[in-house]
Amino acid sequence: MMSSRLSSPWMKGAQALALAIVVCFSMGATDAGSRYNNLNHRLMCTCGCAEILGECNHVGCPNSTGELKELRAGIADSKTDQQILDMFEAKYGAVVLAAPTAKGFDLVAWIAPFAVFAAALLGTILLVRRWSAGKAQAAAQAIDPATEALRDRIRRETDTGNDGGY
Amino acid sequence: MATLGSLSLLIALALAAYNLLAGAIALRLLTTGQPARISPERLADTARRAGIAGFVAVTAAAFALVWSVFTNDFSVTYIMEHSNRELPGAYKFSALWSGQEGSLLLWAWLLAIYGFVLRLTHKTDVRLYAYAGTILAAVQVFFLAILNFSAPPFALLRGAIPEDGNGLNPLLQYPEMVIHPPMLYLGYVGFTIPFAFALGALMMRYPGEKWIKITRGWTMVTWLFLTMGIFLGMHWAYAVLGWGGYWGWDPVENASFMPWLTGTAFLHSVMMQEKKGMMKSWNVWLIFSTFLLTLLGTLLTRAGLVSSVHAFAQSSIGNWFVAFMVIVLAVCIFTYVLQRRHLKTEHHLESLVSRESSFLFNNLVLLTACFVILWGTLFPILSEYVVGNKVTMGAPWYNAVAIPIGCFLLFLTGVGPLLPWRATSFRAIRRNFVLPTIALWVTVIVCFIAGVRPWKDGAFDQGNFYAMVAFALSVAVFTAIASEFLRGAGVISRQTGKNLFVATWLLTRRNTRRYGGYIIHIGVVIIVIGLAGAAFNRSVESEMALHDKISIGPYTLENVGATQDSNLNYNSEYAQLDVSKGGVKKFQMTPEKRVYLVSGQPQTMVAIHSTPEWDLYVVYEGTNPDTGQPIIKAFLNPLVGWIWAGLVILVFGTLIALVPSQKPSQKGVQQ
Repeated sequence: MMSSRLSSPWMKGAQALALAIVVCFSMGATDAGSRYNNLNHRLMCTCGCAEILGECNHVGCPNSTGELKELRAGIADSKTDQQILDMFEAKYGAVVLAAPTAKGFDLVAWIAPFAVFAAALLGTILLVRRWSAGKAQAAAQAIDPATEALRDRIRRETDTGNDGGY
Repeated sequence: MATLGSLSLLIALALAAYNLLAGAIALRLLTTGQPARISPERLADTARRAGIAGFVAVTAAAFALVWSVFTNDFSVTYIMEHSNRELPGAYKFSALWSGQEGSLLLWAWLLAIYGFVLRLTHKTDVRLYAYAGTILAAVQVFFLAILNFSAPPFALLRGAIPEDGNGLNPLLQYPEMVIHPPMLYLGYVGFTIPFAFALGALMMRYPGEKWIKITRGWTMVTWLFLTMGIFLGMHWAYAVLGWGGYWGWDPVENASFMPWLTGTAFLHSVMMQEKKGMMKSWNVWLIFSTFLLTLLGTLLTRAGLVSSVHAFAQSSIGNWFVAFMVIVLAVCIFTYVLQRRHLKTEHHLESLVSRESSFLFNNLVLLTACFVILWGTLFPILSEYVVGNKVTMGAPWYNAVAIPIGCFLLFLTGVGPLLPWRATSFRAIRRNFVLPTIALWVTVIVCFIAGVRPWKDGAFDQGNFYAMVAFALSVAVFTAIASEFLRGAGVISRQTGKNLFVATWLLTRRNTRRYGGYIIHIGVVIIVIGLAGAAFNRSVESEMALHDKISIGPYTLENVGATQDSNLNYNSEYAQLDVSKGGVKKFQMTPEKRVYLVSGQPQTMVAIHSTPEWDLYVVYEGTNPDTGQPIIKAFLNPLVGWIWAGLVILVFGTLIALVPSQKPSQKGVQQ
């Protein structure tokens, strides 16, 4: 039974999709031009303008030209993206990175939003389930197909008046 | 005039303090029924009248400041620092909010205007309005105290009075800056009104729905102002800052976005309270939070807590705001704990798949988005405090965290209206969702065919992926809303024999709130499509000698010369660029570089050629000091015009929602 389910066309499609997503996410930009563009958007200009390095548009900016030159040199030296980012961080401090790293205390910056969202989502689902459990009978009536069809028809035909909102 | 201004502010403070004290005493007497020498009703009315007189006093102060700007009274420090003789008239008005003291005066004045309207319309519900007016007076006391003691706008200059002032910040010398800050402030300040009503209603144990009905109009107008303020700010950033974008997740931008998110959540969840008597506590706390976030936004903007390119007026008034926020929070918590039993819900949710739960999830997502932005704004401070290491929370972080949440919210925008109240069946879900689902997948396929795929050059492309998701969801949501319109209009059309277009209009008039809301959602969808276009932005930067050409997208730009101009306020240089498409000259663009005479500060004025497909956005960055050649940066920004078009639709929808629905008795006449 299990093996027939696994070999169903839907299952195969899902496996192919999952594989495609994994492959997509695991690939990295290799072309030098796109690497340069990608990296200069992961770094900040350090002149105090609070702009992304690749978007800093001050003519004669004391810092951005030098930083971009260092970035090009890093790419030309066949350094990896991480090595280049580490090099910048070592030289200018963590503020040069446009986003926090995924290590140490910085990790909290990444985890907290999703953790809060997940906790709130879970809490809401549990709360609604608890409330709806108390109304099981009413809910059962609500999903009775005949009543549902009748109610839907009435709603369609009458639901154009002002009901004070949605 | 400076003396009149200072005196007016002092009188306004005294009147606000009287309003607060007399109002509080009167309400206390009314609640306890204690005998008093003066009747509490009369005392409350004197408090109300003091509030009205306070409006006159603050207006006089605002007038005095504007007068001082227009008469070049450089004996006033604020005028000397923020204006000059040759500043154009419209920008002399914006000098009112270009600095710390002036913007606080603007805040106090707008608060006085709102208070004036509130106190004049007190007969709607005398007692509730008395509570709201007294709470409002407390907020007024705070702002007027700062204006009198910490940031006086009429402080006189010590020493010799200069011949001319320092001038207005060049970044603010742009037409939108004349209306963007007042709009934003009208939004910020306006949330004080629903806050005052919510707190007042809670204090007097008022039935939950009435304060919501009274404040609905206030809240929507305020929300509309805040929305327009945010978008005008985006357009200003786009047209002036010259980096090709409109939103940089700057702390000041975030500060305006946070109360917008909680305000939007409130506008949705109040419907649950009106319709089902649910979420009473939640709504009260949403409006409390929104008000607190407006204060936090001002604190962030003014106190220099976080670095920002938009913080034009920084000083040390942060402590005042922190203290006030603590007091407000304490009062809110105390009142809530004391009166929470009166906020008991009348119904509970019955099903996870219902319109009620979609509102709940909508609120959840909006608040999560608010938390994310607050977290991103404050994390650098937290990181510095905890590990002594300041980090940057730039666009890459926000894009990675906020965009998935935004997509989920967009999904709910489409799903919510399709779900019936209470509960639904699988069959009903299938029937309602079949069209939007088809639209979604057709869009995905079209995106693939058009080359919008989640990978580029063999690598996963996050921008393309989210753009595709946003396009697909937008089309699905639009289909869902359109089908709702068509379904209702079809019924009316059959009943009245009118065509679908007229039937849609009649349908909208019968329930302006619902269908106005749908129009707002259409506006949001259009805006999202515009925002998704950012994934395909292109740019090219080049030093251009005479007749040099650069190409971007279908356009070729040729440098055909430069010109100069000057007036009493600034000198400017223009690059003249002929733009051709398909080898045919189409138009000329003249990006500009200004240098303001008084301050000596340079400023770019971007040239933008906008079409529904994209914006050609050209910046004259100046000249290379070594070669003397102009440096031109050109951007091709797809779909940006959709953002501004979406705003127009959103504003239209909000105005529709504000119009009262046609009454049933009129329906018959109409039919």
